[in-house]
Amino acid sequence: MDGEIAALPAERGPSAQAVTLTINGEPRPLRIEPRVSLLDALREHLGLTGSKKGCDQGTCGACTVWVDGRRALACLTLAVTCEGHEVTTIEGLSAGGELHPMQAAFIDKDAFQCGYCTPGQIMSAVALLDEGHAADDGQIREWMSGNICRCAAYPNIRAAIRAVRDAAGGE
Amino acid sequence: MRQNVLRPGLLVDINDLPLNRVEDLPEGGLRIGALARMSDVAQAAGVVQRFPVISQALLLGASAQLRNMASMGGNLCQRVRCSYFRDATSPCNKRDPGSGCAALDGFNRGHAILGTSDKCIATHPSDVAVALVAMDAVVHTRGPADDRAIPIEEFFLLPGDTPEREHPLEHGELIVAIEVPATPTARLSIYLKFRDRESYEFALVSVAAAVRIQDGAIADVRLALGGVGTKPWRARRAEASLVGKLAGEASFAEAAGQELAAAKPRPLNAFKVELAQRAIIRALMTLTNGDTR
Repeated sequence: MDGEIAALPAERGPSAQAVTLTINGEPRPLRIEPRVSLLDALREHLGLTGSKKGCDQGTCGACTVWVDGRRALACLTLAVTCEGHEVTTIEGLSAGGELHPMQAAFIDKDAFQCGYCTPGQIMSAVALLDEGHAADDGQIREWMSGNICRCAAYPNIRAAIRAVRDAAGGE
Repeated sequence: MRQNVLRPGLLVDINDLPLNRVEDLPEGGLRIGALARMSDVAQAAGVVQRFPVISQALLLGASAQLRNMASMGGNLCQRVRCSYFRDATSPCNKRDPGSGCAALDGFNRGHAILGTSDKCIATHPSDVAVALVAMDAVVHTRGPADDRAIPIEEFFLLPGDTPEREHPLEHGELIVAIEVPATPTARLSIYLKFRDRESYEFALVSVAAAVRIQDGAIADVRLALGGVGTKPWRARRAEASLVGKLAGEASFAEAAGQELAAAKPRPLNAFKVELAQRAIIRALMTLTNGDTR
């Protein structure tokens, strides 16, 4: 038993160490403690403040990003566990200065008031269409339920999602 | 951990272990890797077709993001939602053995009515565990000494005098897979969940049910309850009452009443006794094409 443990890689932390994350297609070297969440690594260490910290305990969805193309909560993900995986944030959504169609639709449909939950809503909404979970309003409601909007802009968020869905030729 | 309820000295990231497959077993069962994500299990063809109750239970839990992140083994080991356990300050025998239970006379609307003790009345929070209990799943583990196969009903421990001990895993022992035996009855199965919000909420009462009717009589039935027990609750009294009976509201109500006769409600959660019985009846009526509403 002791022998097995001795053979394991050395423990990491609590001091900072070199980690390279792949964020929006680019390698981003940084020095962080193993305890740092992906959300804090993005916001506090890399200056990517688009992902928002609402509850910081996996409830509100404001920190929604994609890990290997699947939506995940950055506040409940330890940054060091993302080594070797592709992280996409709201900053990586638009190409060449053009808004992503979902971003444009959120503006067009007035799908927010304060805007704090919006980056998470949009990251979830784009994934929702990729997953094929936007067939009707009931399905959109259910599969967007992990993104809370304290301003209750839900009807307009659904309208934005419908607009992008229908512009893309429907589900 | 965020709320300082747990303060581990060492965390080991096991996510790169090759334990994320969902396999169809030759005779019709399933082998679900401990690290398979809830979202992947919910949409695996073998689960959707042969075990709809498992797929439904998964999709009615948590949110899309959390289902992408949460593993099946982790789901079984998730900690209770009791607010007194999570506030890290109240007396709680689960968090701080011997300190007492603030829920007994506190705000216990969401707490358990079955399997309780005077040390703990926290409800087991998992949905999919309820479906797995109904399906006689087996939890496979690997430890320093040997491999074990633990029937899932024995994997969840009643609080008794030791609510701090929730499962029989030893130090260094890891869940590697969950096996579900071939269960033809499961093709006609359902997971019903009743809660305060329509989505993204834990159950007040939930029912995993499967039934096989032969010549109008119940040949086989599986029933398990969530939201009411200190562990995912296999409703064996109700099952025993139903086998051989004619399918219908009268036999369903009789069985539900027998199961809930053992309930020990507190003032704030007494409504669950009636709600659980109605949920059992509705689940069985739905499966047998009776009235669903």
